[in-house]
Amino acid sequence: MELAQFVKDFELQFEEVEPNSITPDTIFRDIDEWSSLMALVIIAMADENYNVKLTGDDIRNSKTVKDIFEKLKVK
Amino acid sequence: MSNPFTLQNKTILITGASSGIGRATAILCAEMGATLFITGRKESKLNETFTNLSGSGHQKLVLDFENEDAITRLVAAIDQLDGIVHSAGIVDNVPFQFIKQKALDKIFNLNLNVPLMITRDLIKKRKLHSKSSIVFLSSLVGVGKTYYGATSYSASKGAISSVIKVMALEMATKKIRVNSVCPGMVLTEMVDNLEAISSNQLKKDEKENYPLGYGTPEQVANAIVFLLSDASSWITGTNLVIDGGASIH
Repeated sequence: MELAQFVKDFELQFEEVEPNSITPDTIFRDIDEWSSLMALVIIAMADENYNVKLTGDDIRNSKTVKDIFEKLKVK
Repeated sequence: MSNPFTLQNKTILITGASSGIGRATAILCAEMGATLFITGRKESKLNETFTNLSGSGHQKLVLDFENEDAITRLVAAIDQLDGIVHSAGIVDNVPFQFIKQKALDKIFNLNLNVPLMITRDLIKKRKLHSKSSIVFLSSLVGVGKTYYGATSYSASKGAISSVIKVMALEMATKKIRVNSVCPGMVLTEMVDNLEAISSNQLKKDEKENYPLGYGTPEQVANAIVFLLSDASSWITGTNLVIDGGASIH
């Protein structure tokens, strides 16, 4: 499980962000497109691509994309 | 004076009685004088409900409706009924573009097919008395108010809210009534399992969307008891919304 790949997968869920504009340190709540639906999308993507079940609280307690990745890694 | 709200002399089947709305309904039905046949997936939790039932003569059966023979076993074990509460069910919270055929099949099986097949078999085997009342658990999502990630849950509950009207129409000749309750958010074990929703989101939703706040299983059980009783003898084919005012907006 690689951080770079996760950041890519994370970015792919958005329609309106420029390619390669999201980095591990991106504060995801600052992305214009971020919403409670995107939180569900990220949880579903983690399940589909990584077979890991993140929770809503995992997302809530994260600030950056890397924070989510760290939670993914330990599950 | 006879009390139309009583459940005295009525035998009622309640599925999913081991927790949540099913458990609260079982406890209240027994208090109102009904004799119960309760089912649930987890034995210890079903026993917990069972020991909390007032009165006597109740029966219980541990059943997992994912097993093929569960419906046959249930119908064989039942003698005669005056009411059914289909409260066994599951929920899912996945955005539309991520839904999976397998998960969709599972939710439709447990939320729709199983209660329909149980009812069909009980009617075919003439185990439902005339003037029986059948109550399905639909949801606010079944009647058009929904939320992110509720594709499969909404679809299964929408089907329930639709099919009760057909059943009510066809079974009116037998004087059997068919209704659903459509609760808004009730914090139960089923909702606890919705891990994709954070506790903060729930608090925000309650504050913004529920004039009377979220509901309790007991508040839904009260409405179910009404629909089971003779007090609702002229109500059939109705989706009764119980939502603390959430659908006013």
